[in-house]
Amino acid sequence: MTAPLPISLHVNGERVDAHVLPRLNLADFLREHLHLTGTHVGCEHGVCGACTVRVNDEIVRACLILAVQTDGMSVQTIEGLSDSGEVADLQAAFRNRNALQCGYCTPGMLMAAQDLLRQHGEPSRERIRGHLSGNYCRCTGYQAIVDAVEATARSRRGRAA
Amino acid sequence: MTLISAKAETLSVLDRPNSYIGKTVPRPNLDRLMQGRGLYVSDMELPRMAHVVFLRSPYAHARLVAIDATVAKSMPGVVAVVTGEELANIITPWVGVLSHLKGLKSAPQHAIAIDRVCWQGEAVAAVVANSRALAEDAVEAVEVQYEELEAVTDMRTALDPRTPLIHPSLGDNLAFERIHDVGLVDQAFSESDEVVEKEFIFGRHTGVTLEPRAVVADWNAADARLAIYQGTQAPHMVQNIAAFHLGLQESQVRVVCKDVGGSFGIKVHIYADEMATYALSKLLRRPIKFVADRVESFNTDIHARDHRCKGRIGVRRDGVIMAFEIDDLTGIGPYSMYPRTSAIEANQVVNLVGGPYVTKNYRARARVVFQNKNVMCQYRAVGHPIACSVTEGLVDLAAMKIGMDPVEIRRRNLIPDDAYPCASFSGLRFEKLSHHASLDKLLAMMSYDGLRAEQAALRKKNIHRGIGIASFIEVTNPSAAFYGVGGAKISSQDGVAVRLDAQGAVICQTSITEQGQGSESITAQIVASVLGVSMERVRVILGDTDNTPYGGGTWASRGAGIGGEAALQAAKILRRNILDVAAAILQSAPAELDIVDNIVANTSDGAPRIELKELARIVYFRPDTLPPGIQPELMATRHFVPREYPFAFTNGVQASWLEVDTETGFMRLLKHWVVEDCGTIINPQLVDEQIRGGVVQGLGAALFEKCIYDERGQLTNANMADYLVPMSGEMPDIDVGHVVSPTLESELGAKGAGEAGTAGAAAAVANAVNDALRPFNTIIKEIALIPQVILTALGRI
Amino acid sequence: MKASAFAYARVTSVDRALELLAAHGEKAKVLSGGQSLMPAMNLRLIAPELVVDIGGLNELRGIVVRRDVLRIGALTRHVDLLNSSEIAAHAPLLAEAVTHVAHPAIRNRGTLGGSLAHADPASELPACMLALDATILVRGGSGERRIMAADFFRGIFQTALSAEELLIAVELPLARRNSAHFFLEFARRHGDYAIAGLAAQAVVEAGVAMDLRPAFFAVGDRPVMPKAASRLVNTAVTPALLSDASTALGEELDPHDDQQATASMRRHLAKVLLVRCISALLGRPGLGVAGRAT
Repeated sequence: MTAPLPISLHVNGERVDAHVLPRLNLADFLREHLHLTGTHVGCEHGVCGACTVRVNDEIVRACLILAVQTDGMSVQTIEGLSDSGEVADLQAAFRNRNALQCGYCTPGMLMAAQDLLRQHGEPSRERIRGHLSGNYCRCTGYQAIVDAVEATARSRRGRAA
Repeated sequence: MTLISAKAETLSVLDRPNSYIGKTVPRPNLDRLMQGRGLYVSDMELPRMAHVVFLRSPYAHARLVAIDATVAKSMPGVVAVVTGEELANIITPWVGVLSHLKGLKSAPQHAIAIDRVCWQGEAVAAVVANSRALAEDAVEAVEVQYEELEAVTDMRTALDPRTPLIHPSLGDNLAFERIHDVGLVDQAFSESDEVVEKEFIFGRHTGVTLEPRAVVADWNAADARLAIYQGTQAPHMVQNIAAFHLGLQESQVRVVCKDVGGSFGIKVHIYADEMATYALSKLLRRPIKFVADRVESFNTDIHARDHRCKGRIGVRRDGVIMAFEIDDLTGIGPYSMYPRTSAIEANQVVNLVGGPYVTKNYRARARVVFQNKNVMCQYRAVGHPIACSVTEGLVDLAAMKIGMDPVEIRRRNLIPDDAYPCASFSGLRFEKLSHHASLDKLLAMMSYDGLRAEQAALRKKNIHRGIGIASFIEVTNPSAAFYGVGGAKISSQDGVAVRLDAQGAVICQTSITEQGQGSESITAQIVASVLGVSMERVRVILGDTDNTPYGGGTWASRGAGIGGEAALQAAKILRRNILDVAAAILQSAPAELDIVDNIVANTSDGAPRIELKELARIVYFRPDTLPPGIQPELMATRHFVPREYPFAFTNGVQASWLEVDTETGFMRLLKHWVVEDCGTIINPQLVDEQIRGGVVQGLGAALFEKCIYDERGQLTNANMADYLVPMSGEMPDIDVGHVVSPTLESELGAKGAGEAGTAGAAAAVANAVNDALRPFNTIIKEIALIPQVILTALGRI
Repeated sequence: MKASAFAYARVTSVDRALELLAAHGEKAKVLSGGQSLMPAMNLRLIAPELVVDIGGLNELRGIVVRRDVLRIGALTRHVDLLNSSEIAAHAPLLAEAVTHVAHPAIRNRGTLGGSLAHADPASELPACMLALDATILVRGGSGERRIMAADFFRGIFQTALSAEELLIAVELPLARRNSAHFFLEFARRHGDYAIAGLAAQAVVEAGVAMDLRPAFFAVGDRPVMPKAASRLVNTAVTPALLSDASTALGEELDPHDDQQATASMRRHLAKVLLVRCISALLGRPGLGVAGRAT
């Protein structure tokens, strides 16, 4: 039973069939098998948030879920969210506000920010900081990220109005 | 602002129309990072690439008796298991000393330990396999016999005669000592009305870059060339050192920096495991990848700031500070780091204490001692946080002793803004600083009087808020005075090559490097401004020793000041060359032409004359149509090195406003302010963001971060759940303001700004905590200011 | 760090899971949410031979009110507790506690059953079970057992669950009239494990606590409901009485030292928690002004 197991899942809307060892986690599966390297590895103990992806539409830590557990599921990575345009306005806000420097935390940060904005259309700065409190950034000190998320929320409300 | 122009007809870039300098423009090429399409070294894959995992010593100090890799070598996917002895045939050891740090001594360090390990985490063998997981499996099967030795783990007793010597050949555990004594210190103290003494204790920190250290080394035996893919800040330095220790010519080594997931100085040093990786590639004749995991990072990334500093200040009742004195002790690892040495941090502390003040009397002793802990070296703001915390902590204490407001005592002692150029009592030469203007601006930004009133009102309700102020100076744009004079092959100059391509776009190659601070952007902004082209047309190539001029790279806040000036000068030459060709084509004179918005135009009436695209077409494809004798040159290279001042000092001041829950010891950071004078600002948003990021690293030090070693030299919190880094939930918003005093050393006038935030943040917070706790008559002089520390100081536990 | 190799079985029935656990004992680990198991495996702190993935056992999901009992399936995720109208109505303490558990991405996977079986003394949900007077349902080869929360948590990472048993569900009595709850924890950062915490369920009528179940966590090797709190029930609480109870609390607790706090600091924080809890529950903010409750 330590032999590779077959899995079939959707990644960014594309069907993927693979044989994976049970111990392979989703982050490594995405990066090494599918060469989707936008999901980053920072700690492998679920604390830094760099590996945040969406599984069945909910954000999770890819380092804490086994690839075999994703059989039959739908996984979305930052590449998928970018190509679909879902976070285009958030990315534009990040660019304008320089809410990224080295970029390593950014995919996970965008995932978490989009997760927040889908749940709360008018988040306070405190709520933004709280929702992003599981995503480590060493470069920005967070303020620019909070500004960018706040600005995006405001502009989405404006478009919806 | 005064500016230097080399030629009368050349407008300074700061005056040019459509100049990007001073403008907040978004950085180019962020999309790939935001889409997850960056290329970090940890993302790289090369054909036949194998992975190395290091077996690391569980002991802080032990003899390596025997290593048996028989089982490991036979495990699935294992390519090789290599010991220190085997690797020593490929790569030579090194010693981390520099001749200008008199008396600095250290012992030779090997890529993989031979005979003896000197810190918990030091590599004792390398396992190379087809995947990281398989290599880790095999590591577990390597049998090592250790003979545990006594470990030196307390810097306070490292020099005791009874403490074992880590390197008997060195005679003691003292790596470096520096004494500095100027003015009449004893007399000054005796003439003081109050003398205050405190010991300041700092936690050992580490960088915790989100992308761990990662290297792909690719030795091509047929080409006899080594390609090193690494997130280093100083690729030419790595090229030089790798070549030297592997017995190669520099021209046989190429260092390429892809996207880097954070560095802050962590990735500017030479690490044994990275050197081992280069050597393994040469030995095994295939690409080898090393990516440190998080636990390894904690155990082997350089640590920093492990200091105990006794500080003393003498002050008169009228507020005049008479003297500063420090006795600083720092415990590094068992080796001085290579090549920048582990003495620089202590040296900086001595240099920077008291820096903002007019005081003439100063005595300092700094001692750097070896320990059996992880190696220690330069990390963002090297030494500044220590010097600033000690200085500003002492100044606040002095103010308290004489019953003076902390702002007032600073007003009476900060070097006047019109006193420049002048020198500090540690011999540092200041070109032009603005301590008073910065302080005035800060007080206005934070509404200081209003906060004091709020503090007083809330105190009556048993709510304790505090204000902390910290003035500081910062070392930027270092000349060869930092490393070169000591014999290190670390360049203090940088170069930029610019050329007009066949479509009229601009290709720019610079020797500075990018770790997210915006090196690419500021280079493009400068070049575009000088040339008169739009920024979208400028492509910047950096981080490749094969494809950039030779230079120092980005560290010690030198990228903008030095690399930026090189870009400016190179672009000026290219502009002149373009106008020379244009003049020939248009039968005009260069002085009658300018480049504006990608078009050569008349200076007189702005009428467009020829597009750059068209000019390029002619030069590259139809030179037959040019007037006779013309040899167009659409490429220019310029280097720049600071010559007048060994360092371009900047200055700043920070303030922290926080609330301490005196029942629980927990605190809330309510707000933070910084006023920074870094000379000409190329991109205001990028500078402010550097400052914010730097502040939060300093806040991390103040509140959370500490490498905790036990008496046996074991790092007990080597993971991200136990070593606490600042996350968004606890950080305040940070307001940033500026005063601008350009340097006259360069036309650009830019100084550095990368480390200012970290230099003063912890000092401001520490002062704020003590300010908040004034009613309780307690002074805390250690960081991290964890609730345990606060409650203990309050006598509640 | 990559986990050691293991065999993997995704079971489709509780019986099958129990078979595997019986066959492999300590060498097997149950994979529920994985938010505690996976870090330990990635760090190679543990290396099970077999991982039994119970994620497909839908019978272990669901939040249902039946008669006067609220039954929560073991695979109920933290986020489900947060979003559930039943929890909001009948056990709001749980919803509030869950907001302190880690971060959104963790809460989307972590389960109630996993948290209780893991029994980290610094975690929130075990204490909530104590405060809510929960019964924990476990099933093994020999059938189902019902274990009171007070008997379930036995020490650091130790519970009454044997290696061959599976935690199936918890049952909580429905909240009584005039129920009130209080939750407070002291943690260094959002989502961190608490240095000291208190989850309390009470019945308060006319400013008097008729019932009080304060469960402290992170101040011992398991969540604890101290006897000292009984002094504050069915009586008018004065600052002096509260102070006595506080002192008694300090004597009753046996906290540990670690890198974040000493035992004495934990004792101190526990007292602060008690005072803030009573003040809040009884609606008397001035009851324990800073400095008096020592």
